[in-house]
Amino acid sequence: MSQTGQNDAFVEFERVQKSYDGETLVVKDLNLTLPKGEFLTMLGPSGSGKTTCLMMLAGFETATYGDIRLDGVSINHIPPHKRGIGMVFQNYALFPHMTIAENLSFPLEVRKMGKSEREAKVKRALDMVEMGAFGGRRPAQLSGGQQQRVALARALVFEPELVLMDEPLGALDKQLREKMQFEITRLAHDLGITTVYVTHDQTEALTMSDRVAVFNDGRIQQLAPPDELYETPSNSFVAQFIGENNTLEGTVKEMSGETCLVELANGAVIDAKPINVSGIGDKTRVSIRPERVEFNKDRLQEGAHLLKAEVKEFIYMGDMFRTRLSVAGNDDFIIKSRNAPDQTRLKPGEMIEIGWLPDDCRALDAH
Amino acid sequence: MTDVQMPAGDQAQQDGPMLAADGTTLKRSLARSLRRRKIQALMLIAPLLLFVLLTFVAPIFDMLYRSVENSIVSNTMPRSTTLLKDWDSATGELPGEDVYEAAFYDLFLAKERKDHTKLGTRLNYERTGLSSMFRQSGRGMDKIADAYLDPLKDLDKDWDEAEPWLDLMGDADWVAIAKDARAEEAPNFVPNAEIVTLLPNTVEAYAEFQTFLKEEDPRKRLGREEPWGLVHIALFNDLEQTDVSAYSGPGADRLAEASQLVQSGTVDIPTFAMGFADAHDGWVNIEIWRTIQTYSPKATTGYFLNAVDMKLTPDGAEFRPEKERVYGLLFSRTIYMSLVITFSCILLAYPVAYLLSNLPLRQANLLMILVLLPFWTSLLVRTSAWKVMLQQQGVINEVLVWMGLIADDNRLALINNQLGTIIAMTHILLPFMILPMFSVMSTIPPSYVRAAKSLGANNWTAFWRVYFPQSVPGIGAGSILVFIMAIGYYITPAIVGGNTGTFISNRIAYHISSSLNWGLGAALGAILLAAVLLLYWAYDRIVGIDNVKLGG
Repeated sequence: MSQTGQNDAFVEFERVQKSYDGETLVVKDLNLTLPKGEFLTMLGPSGSGKTTCLMMLAGFETATYGDIRLDGVSINHIPPHKRGIGMVFQNYALFPHMTIAENLSFPLEVRKMGKSEREAKVKRALDMVEMGAFGGRRPAQLSGGQQQRVALARALVFEPELVLMDEPLGALDKQLREKMQFEITRLAHDLGITTVYVTHDQTEALTMSDRVAVFNDGRIQQLAPPDELYETPSNSFVAQFIGENNTLEGTVKEMSGETCLVELANGAVIDAKPINVSGIGDKTRVSIRPERVEFNKDRLQEGAHLLKAEVKEFIYMGDMFRTRLSVAGNDDFIIKSRNAPDQTRLKPGEMIEIGWLPDDCRALDAH
Repeated sequence: MTDVQMPAGDQAQQDGPMLAADGTTLKRSLARSLRRRKIQALMLIAPLLLFVLLTFVAPIFDMLYRSVENSIVSNTMPRSTTLLKDWDSATGELPGEDVYEAAFYDLFLAKERKDHTKLGTRLNYERTGLSSMFRQSGRGMDKIADAYLDPLKDLDKDWDEAEPWLDLMGDADWVAIAKDARAEEAPNFVPNAEIVTLLPNTVEAYAEFQTFLKEEDPRKRLGREEPWGLVHIALFNDLEQTDVSAYSGPGADRLAEASQLVQSGTVDIPTFAMGFADAHDGWVNIEIWRTIQTYSPKATTGYFLNAVDMKLTPDGAEFRPEKERVYGLLFSRTIYMSLVITFSCILLAYPVAYLLSNLPLRQANLLMILVLLPFWTSLLVRTSAWKVMLQQQGVINEVLVWMGLIADDNRLALINNQLGTIIAMTHILLPFMILPMFSVMSTIPPSYVRAAKSLGANNWTAFWRVYFPQSVPGIGAGSILVFIMAIGYYITPAIVGGNTGTFISNRIAYHISSSLNWGLGAALGAILLAAVLLLYWAYDRIVGIDNVKLGG
């Protein structure tokens, strides 16, 4: 987003706005820069504007205001078929009246490529997604996962530098989805393609991307690599949207550089790291990840503030224990603990004390 | 896992057929459980099924039956047609006296039942002039019989009276009842036992006469009707062979006199062949006998041959002379014009259906109302409206003349010809093309065209290579619908078609309602049905009927 990245900026959105009805903005003042070879995911709830952004980039929607540049050239007035962007659609959009090989050959044919060259490229693309044996079949004869691979191969066969994917794994079951997530990232990195991936599945976004842009209400809420996004969400929407999250409402009581004290509704005081609170007296929402909550006092820092909690429910999940607590008026406070031989199994009704490292507890905006 | 009871099905899998829980085979068990549901389903569709059978399947079979049915000839002339089978027309000789005699009996009875004119009408389809020949021959049959009655009448006037015959032929008790004016119903004829042995043929003929009278009117007083000429002829034949001198019952004197006359050999009786020749020249025309012989069988291909401009002759099927051929022209015109109409419909309907499925909902609904509007208007009104539009002094011509595009004395002939039929029928059948197309197009997701564009195809290529092939099932469905409707269309060609723009259906209607040649109408209809099925089959082979979709 800074001016320094101007040289390696491959895709740029500059002050892009989009309105369908002339009354409300679906995309509000979007600024985004992608370097070549990056895998960027646009993540957000439905209606957050992420798909609209993708469609503007692909050329199926026009920006109401602002500039979209591809490799330094403004593409606002270039029709979709001249943009040379590969795209994978949500329902795959494989042409049902053509065989798999014909589907892959299509982008090469419209580029007036010779027959032998076409065949070689189609074969290479199919082999790449391990579908070499299926060239003669029709899309309807393939399973969802196979269709997905073909759609991917078709988007890549004409060697575009930018590939867009619109929730491509939405229709697959969990196991297949995980496998495909891995394959898509592997292919994208191996081929060095710039990828813009749209999804509303945060796990997908975290596991696949170099960077994730979290969309809400037509704006990018945070643009960061996955670990940063998860561990240091910059506002409470991102904290809520990414991963599981416990929140406690309170007021900032004391600020001392890297830490602050937050007084909860029931008068209890906890340590937190101030992120977007401006000063003492601010309303805040503190967020703690379930796996960072500790109830074993030995593992806590000296002098850490503790909270009383009542165990409401203990759920055995195999690799994890998930315990629901009642903490400071919040009955849905979740803690996760690893299933290890020395791990305590809490019982409902038990009263315990919980605490955390101040760095793990982030004081965010209150709305 | 030893404590887990294995289900019956699993056990059975190891030894022999699959068994249900109660030990019956699974197949039978399944069939039993499905039967109830099948019966329920059948009950639900029973009214419709019955309706379709009665109003659709039955008429079609009746039509197919009528197109070959020909029993009227052999039913009306049973004796002569049987004898005619053995007549070899190739010899160039007229049939023998036996055939004429049989034809006399047949025609005499037919005349009494007034069936001979019906047969004449039937045979007239095959050879003009036969209708009047049969009508006139009715009277001729009486004349032939009169040759026998007249000498008897000269002997005794009683031979031409009803009651003396009754007394002679009937059993005394039966005669008493038959003459009784108060009798509610005439009793069945009981012959005089003595006469039966003496004059068996006469009794038989008389009995037939009495049965006929009774069938005609059960309450008729039997003594009032003079017997048929057939009875006189039978009496002549009997008297030639029998000696009646021993008879002493009623009318014994008359009978003896008549016997004397007959056996004297002085009565000059002409042959039946001569009688027929007197009745009508046609009966000594070998061609007419050949026609009757050709159409004697109970089933005939004659109607079908007529329907394809051929005719059935004793030497087999042959084409009619050039100027008599009409149906071939009509069939080919019907098919050609239906194809033109179908293609015009495709051209006009495709853009409309495309708009319908791609416009925003509000505009699409408005457009849909415009498409459906013709459905809500009477067919006759629409067709008549076209008459107003297209005629020489009609709207289109007037506008063109007013604009100076055509001269006033050179107006376009837009109606009462093929052009008029094509224009009006394209308009009328257009919704049947638009609707299937629309329902198929609306199931094509926009992402296909987008995908094609993202892959580098321009608008035209994306449409032609990706959108169009997927809309073909809609075109197929619409085309079948429109073509099949067009090929059997009747009202519109009848109103705007004039002479050159009429269809085969107009001819069928003519035969059904005007010429009353139902057999030919049925044959034309059957050929039309076969043509449609054939085209349907061809379409299935070429395009594949699986590719026809009327909706999602």
